[in-house]
Amino acid sequence: MSQNLKGKTIAIVAVLVFFFYGIFGIPHGLTPSALKQAITERIKLGLDLQGGIHLVLKVHVEEAIGYTTDRDRQRLEADLEKAGVTGASVHKVDPIGHPDQITVSGVPLAKASDARTVLTGTDYTNYNVTTNQDGSETLSMKQAAIRDLQTSTLSHTIETITERVNALGVSEALVQPYGLGENEILVELPGISDPSKVEDAIHNTSKLAVYAVVSGPYSDDQAAMAALNGVVPPDDMLVHGNTTPNAPDQVFLLERASQVEGTDFRDAQPSTDVNGRPNLTFTLTTDAGNRFYQYTSAHSKDSATPGSMAIVLGGKIKEVASINSAIRDRGEIEGSFSKDEVDNLSLMLRTGALPADVDPIETRTVGPSLGLASIHQGIIAAIVGMLAVMAFMLIYYRGAGINADLALFLNLVILLGFMGFVGGTLTLPGIAGVILTIGMGVDSNVLIFERIREELRSGKTAAAAVQQGFGHAWITIVDTHVTTIVSAGILFLFGTGPIKGFAVTLTFGLLANLFTAVFVSRTIFDAILANKERGAELSI
Amino acid sequence: MELFRDAKIDWLGKKWYFLGFSLIFSVAGVLSMVFWHGIPRGVDFKGGTEMQVQFASTPNEEHIRQALSSAGVKNAIVYPISDTAGRSVNTEVISLPEAPDTQQDAGRAAVEGALGAGYHDSSFAIQKVDIVGPTAGKQLQKQAWLATGYSLAGMLIYLWFRFELIYGVAAVVAVFHDTLITVGAFSLTNQEITLTVIAAILTLIGYSMNDTIVVFDRIRENLALSRRESLTDVVNRSINQTLSRTVISSGLTFLTVLSLLVFGGPVLRGFSFALTVGILIGTYSSIAVAAPMLVAYQDWRKSRGKVATLPAKRVRA
Repeated sequence: MSQNLKGKTIAIVAVLVFFFYGIFGIPHGLTPSALKQAITERIKLGLDLQGGIHLVLKVHVEEAIGYTTDRDRQRLEADLEKAGVTGASVHKVDPIGHPDQITVSGVPLAKASDARTVLTGTDYTNYNVTTNQDGSETLSMKQAAIRDLQTSTLSHTIETITERVNALGVSEALVQPYGLGENEILVELPGISDPSKVEDAIHNTSKLAVYAVVSGPYSDDQAAMAALNGVVPPDDMLVHGNTTPNAPDQVFLLERASQVEGTDFRDAQPSTDVNGRPNLTFTLTTDAGNRFYQYTSAHSKDSATPGSMAIVLGGKIKEVASINSAIRDRGEIEGSFSKDEVDNLSLMLRTGALPADVDPIETRTVGPSLGLASIHQGIIAAIVGMLAVMAFMLIYYRGAGINADLALFLNLVILLGFMGFVGGTLTLPGIAGVILTIGMGVDSNVLIFERIREELRSGKTAAAAVQQGFGHAWITIVDTHVTTIVSAGILFLFGTGPIKGFAVTLTFGLLANLFTAVFVSRTIFDAILANKERGAELSI
Repeated sequence: MELFRDAKIDWLGKKWYFLGFSLIFSVAGVLSMVFWHGIPRGVDFKGGTEMQVQFASTPNEEHIRQALSSAGVKNAIVYPISDTAGRSVNTEVISLPEAPDTQQDAGRAAVEGALGAGYHDSSFAIQKVDIVGPTAGKQLQKQAWLATGYSLAGMLIYLWFRFELIYGVAAVVAVFHDTLITVGAFSLTNQEITLTVIAAILTLIGYSMNDTIVVFDRIRENLALSRRESLTDVVNRSINQTLSRTVISSGLTFLTVLSLLVFGGPVLRGFSFALTVGILIGTYSSIAVAAPMLVAYQDWRKSRGKVATLPAKRVRA
């Protein structure tokens, strides 16, 4: 054996050992169960094989924009007053269509420059200020600020959901951004098969906020609209809900800007009130506490403008309470809560509230038994397919068939080893990808072997035919692999969970195939030819 | 053992038969898509709730429907699934139409509740639930179209870069033909197109492209060797020279896909079906669609008095 050939053989064996390590790591034993355990430690099974829930959530980031402008509108009103600009009205003219815009109108001419100073001041750099024809000014949030807000809302939502999911005790949960800039989140929860449990944790208990009540209650929307002469004031909103369990919904008119939001809570604990009803004690952050104190002292029942506040959870009013005294950073929330709701709510507030509502748009659940059956069927299909291909290669190409079968086997080892190294996830379509790799991988061998046969027919010696065969087939093999990998790459970009798994195995498989079908196969041929006399026949 | 040793088949002489064959299948598929079954969309694209429920003994569909309707679950469709051999596996699919995104889980909970309360024949276990809301359905549909489109465009560009534009066009037409016939087969047999089926179709695009490239590569090589020979002869010879490879490779891939169809279980049924049909058609089209198109194009150029544009130079990989 020549020096060169020896080196190649050593390289191949090293690759084989390396990727076997990728599959099994260092197993604790050689029994089937120990090997199986070693594999499953390194190659993760997708949700479709081990069972679990796959959720796609839509984050309503546009709400976060609305909340921010609501806050800023409130602040602007106060700032203008502070600057001595009286009589101005600060509104969101079109809160649904343009949640990013605040309009200031009715500024007295004498105060115009003062108002301008406030608007263009450092507090409102996130806004572009334009003067309208009627002399009013419109602040619209800058595109960059909107983008920043969307990104931070999305990442904040992801953090919060991760914490909540972890609090449920799900191991290896995955929460990550999803889709192509659609403000969506992918949540994967292996081993959980009851979606309602997850729904509760993620969806139902979404946003808690405290709002000032403007007027109400009304029996329904019609009654409310009638009382408001058919127009909801631009900075207010109608919200449904009830304050006693199982009572019919009532409608209240609330201020659009909240007094306290989920993000303002520092701590929350479940407890019970004097009547034994479940309630919630909370602590606010310092900032929020100061803000809340201003509001509650201005509107407590002994003040000039007594008011009440509404506690809204997930878009529904849970309680409307009159303000007994000024509250700073500690307080209790009472309302028509059940024990579960209070427990859940305190968990949510502790782990941080969602900055915007989320809605599931896709829920997929696979039970563990179906996953097991799928693995079983996938493996049988893979083995049958592989044996059929190997048997055919042996019969059709005789000696060279062994060569192809070895290459095919190595191809499989490299593919699985690769999956082990990169911590790839094996899904059911992924198993299909492995099976397809067997079928497509053997194509390279067929291309080469057919070419060698052709060269032999044209009268070349075995060595020359092998060399020519590999040389001619190589370009074709590269072209064919590139096209399939392009397809797989696009699948990877556009696909989700299981499909991604397919794209991954197919791509790895074909890349490995370039090595096994060309390099390994060539080395085997060279080794055979080196041991033969010149002019001896090749078994192909 | 050798198949097709020194085959001398006049493939291009049969191009009218090929055209007829392709037309019959594509038109049948298109007619079915337009007038008969449409393109049957799975839950991934049309949205809704689809549950796979396994029962401990042979399920009584009538009782299932009664349990559902008495619990007020409307518009449910109930049908059984079986294994490849057609044997019952005591499993039923219950599907509900699309619900708004805000109450995704309601359908599932209602069905589970209804079966628990009203179905007494045997115990049951929910094996799989897919709930796709209107937003996601539309999005997935868009992604599927985009992925297929980008895939075809990617191939066109690669072949343009490696060969000539007309090679790319011929190959992409052939692959489009395969895709059309495969989707047509789904429509004719009224099987649902799901996300995994789209994955299979994309794989098919890559695979069918393989076959075409092998033939094209050989055409290019032969053109460089013999510039005097007519293009028709070169193409015929190239197809014949690669015929063994084409048949064996496709045959072997077909074997693996067939084993997937037979043993791979119901979850992969649509996927395997698409590949089974697609590999047959893809192999056929690289011989019967792509190569004749190339010749037809050069004939057309010649008729307008221009020289043929074919690459004779071998680009080194």
